[in-house]
Amino acid sequence: MGKDFITGQIKTVAGNVAQVSTVWSSNDVWSTIKVRWSIGRMDYKVKQGLYAVGNPDENSNIFVSANFKLSFDHLRRALHKMNAWILVLDTKGVNVWCAAGKGTFGTKELVYRIKAHELEKIVSHRKIIVPQLGATGVSAHEVKNKTGFHVIYGPVRADDIKAFVDSGFKATPEMRKVKFPLKERAKLIPVELTYGKYYLLFIPALFFILSGLNIHGYSIDLAWENGGKSFINLFSAYFAGCALTPILLPWIPFKRFSLKGLFLGLVIGFILLYFHFLGNNIFEIISWFLITGSISSFLAMNFTGSSTFTSLSGVQKEMKLSLPLQIIAASIGLVGWIFTRFI
Amino acid sequence: MNRFVYLKNVVTLELDWQKCNGCKMCTIVCPHEVFVVKDKKAIIRNRDYCMECGACEKNCPEGAISVRSGVGCAAGIINGLLKGTEPSCDCSSSKDKCC
Repeated sequence: MGKDFITGQIKTVAGNVAQVSTVWSSNDVWSTIKVRWSIGRMDYKVKQGLYAVGNPDENSNIFVSANFKLSFDHLRRALHKMNAWILVLDTKGVNVWCAAGKGTFGTKELVYRIKAHELEKIVSHRKIIVPQLGATGVSAHEVKNKTGFHVIYGPVRADDIKAFVDSGFKATPEMRKVKFPLKERAKLIPVELTYGKYYLLFIPALFFILSGLNIHGYSIDLAWENGGKSFINLFSAYFAGCALTPILLPWIPFKRFSLKGLFLGLVIGFILLYFHFLGNNIFEIISWFLITGSISSFLAMNFTGSSTFTSLSGVQKEMKLSLPLQIIAASIGLVGWIFTRFI
Repeated sequence: MNRFVYLKNVVTLELDWQKCNGCKMCTIVCPHEVFVVKDKKAIIRNRDYCMECGACEKNCPEGAISVRSGVGCAAGIINGLLKGTEPSCDCSSSKDKCC
């Protein structure tokens, strides 16, 4: 990965520290777009350690981040025109909140980095600003006990950092809240769409091949005709679960994500029915409804992982019922659909 | 926009108010305004807003809060079922904002 965000070196009592830009280069913008599409996302890292923004000294604030480059980029951009230190923890290339949930953005790593980079020599104060969402992995009182550094939890969003610092480290209730507006949900759609990976080829291919079956044996013409319709049906259901559910999340009835997905899967089913994509006989139509409903429901349920408000207990409760039903419905649908090849 | 609220009466969050010293740390770290401190004691104001992230438990110096924290993520739970482990999202090999 390019290191064009490094603009120079700053000498400190604890050695040289890389100075970084607070402006995104076209390279940063382009790689951000790619990473939102899951391209190279598993290795989108910056090196852990200490960085400088502007010309910080012993009185400057220290901000903590993860070594997922997207997290780091948002932080350095938010520190525009400030003099500050950035301490990047080794979170294996995972963002702050997820890494905090796993514990890699945690007390142990933070304590280790504070000591390893000799922060007590670099700054004269004893404050360190940790993003609020890091609190899932960091125990402020333990860090204080082990290093003498007082953890101040900053705002949830990097964009609020300037206001937070200017107000003397006071976060408004708004800054402390995790919201999930349309814009943030929309950003997640590309990653959701890539979720299916090779199944996106394999399952439609399977339907395509099976589409040629009929009572007289096998027909390539039939495969083309019905296989094409199957593609549309399958991708519509996939799109309903992966893209429409995130976008329409607050407006779809039901609390359970699986029901939200089922609802949209059935709506899509009716649209496809209207355009004669579901076939001609009642068995085939019912089979397709079972398939589109279960696909959309399953994928919508998966979006719980990307959402910002679902609890483990809640998702477990939801899945206990939904997952078996999705599997049963999809299986009956598939068997039913194969069966209708022969009538 | 209205607040998102997930299923009701499922979360495992517990607060022992006798241990609470009113330090307000839980109100600072909670991303969903679950707690409020009144008369130097924390109370759970919005239980159903809790997503069991565990930040409050981790940052309560008196150990007054307990919650079974984990990822509210279906893929993570399936992952755990398949591997026979605790629910764990595979962020380092698949998803973005999972957990």
